[in-house]
Amino acid sequence: MGRRDGAAAGGTACREYGDSMDRMIEVRRLKRHFGPFLAVDDVSFDVARGEVLGFLGPNGAGKSTTMKLITGFLAPTSGTAVVCGADVVADPIAAKRHIGYLPEGAPAYFDMTPASFLRFIARIRGFGGAEAQRRIALAIERTALHGVLAQPIETLSKGYKRRVGLAQALLHDPDVLILDEPTDGLDPNQKHEVRTLINALAPQKAIIISTHLLEEVDAVCTRAIIIARGRIVADGTPVELEARSRYHNAVRLTLAADTGEAAAALLRLPGVISVEPIEDMEGSGFTIFPRDGRPIMAEVTDLVRAARWPVAGLRLERGRLDEVFRDITTAAAA
Amino acid sequence: MRSTWVIFRRELASYFATPLAYVFIVIFLALAGALAFFLGNFFDRGQADLQPFFGFHPWLYLVLIPALAMRLWAEERKTGTIELFLTLPISIGAAVLGKFLASWAFAGIALVLTFPFWITVNVLGSPDNGVILASYIGSFLMAGAFLAIGSALSALTKNQVIAFVLTAAVCFLFTVSGSNIVLGFFTDWAPHALLAALMSFSFLTHFSAIVRGVIDLRDAVFFLSLIALFLYANTVIVELKKAD
Repeated sequence: MGRRDGAAAGGTACREYGDSMDRMIEVRRLKRHFGPFLAVDDVSFDVARGEVLGFLGPNGAGKSTTMKLITGFLAPTSGTAVVCGADVVADPIAAKRHIGYLPEGAPAYFDMTPASFLRFIARIRGFGGAEAQRRIALAIERTALHGVLAQPIETLSKGYKRRVGLAQALLHDPDVLILDEPTDGLDPNQKHEVRTLINALAPQKAIIISTHLLEEVDAVCTRAIIIARGRIVADGTPVELEARSRYHNAVRLTLAADTGEAAAALLRLPGVISVEPIEDMEGSGFTIFPRDGRPIMAEVTDLVRAARWPVAGLRLERGRLDEVFRDITTAAAA
Repeated sequence: MRSTWVIFRRELASYFATPLAYVFIVIFLALAGALAFFLGNFFDRGQADLQPFFGFHPWLYLVLIPALAMRLWAEERKTGTIELFLTLPISIGAAVLGKFLASWAFAGIALVLTFPFWITVNVLGSPDNGVILASYIGSFLMAGAFLAIGSALSALTKNQVIAFVLTAAVCFLFTVSGSNIVLGFFTDWAPHALLAALMSFSFLTHFSAIVRGVIDLRDAVFFLSLIALFLYANTVIVELKKAD
């Protein structure tokens, strides 16, 4: 096992730091000014092992700045972050040993090859000899970099550059992963690969990813924080956030032929508060909104069956994260 | 210390990963030779020494060293690698020192490759090799001072051209601060102490003392303390400007 070597390099002490649900990242009242501009305003949250925290927010909301504060790239104006027990303000080098960080845009030394770049990262993180070889090989395997090891990074495609950045972040098998837009600019297959990788790593680590892709939150995150104007405006599981949507538990009904009476009949159901006509690629029909977000599927199906409408489609809406996101972030901006 | 060594190796290798190293070395050797032969009358003087060769080094460095130093931090900031670099478990001091030492070692390699001049004078006559060695050491120390200035100034900007111009300008002032170009501006009104201080900062004064064979520890201390001062400034500038 390489555990002893890792501990010698200060890499894995967090594993002995507490029970499996310990708080690996503790963000304490972080604030950061840029001149008069308050980029991060009193942000606090914890991330435990096994959690994948999605950082959502409009561009310029403070997502990247918060990440730069946690990773010790920027010094906070006030507050701090504690990573595996190491205070990033008081002891930045100890904190940085526990963190694997993919900065926005996956910067890397473009004149190096992935092989020499990863060797550099291994050396600077204190691994040498066979241990370095083993870790580099594992990082290459996890990110499927085999084919491009000898090419200068500047000649690689965007997807491969992103993977080089991920390999670099994973090399020391950190307890905490902070990934700033890890799938930005990737094609759908590459996005899927990165998300699969994050899901595979998730149980052993505390992970923060920033994204503005809401589908990504559903795909990988166990929890999401929405940040706007430097403040946390929502914090919950994706399901909890979706439940805030007026579409939560709404039913979408498309009909093969318009019966003329459907809207009025649906509106008479006790659990229904409103019915909106829809007309799109899937055909014409209605979105039926429930009173107080309570389930109405049973009522609607009973009615449909009794009335013998020609149903083309019937679907339960879980709630629309993009709508919640828009509501919350625009309300915060107003 | 170990991370300084790792950074040093990566940086030194990165000079050779691009054509920069080869272009720099070829131009440096060609210019050093041309200046010594055509402007310095290397042969016609009929003296077996390397004074005409070393005499042009300050001017050669003025053009070439800023080109070597400009990328040190400006490039990291431009490409965003600084965010990767400074979130590794290293201190800024180690980062600054590793980068500086790599550029200094590279300048040293270029300087060592001028050995044919040394062979030539030894074939043609019997020079004072002690003076030549001292001159090489003096030239290397001066290159270090230019590089430390350049490294600090390259952290001020993302733009390598700006870093080049700033470094060349500041190095020019340091080089000529003992000469009439600068002193003429101050002589009429400035107190003697200031004039003396200005003269004492002149690279030319310190370097020519070494080249003449007068090896004074104070000249070496001057260059080394200038290097230390600018590397300290470098760490402060990196800390202040890294996120811009």
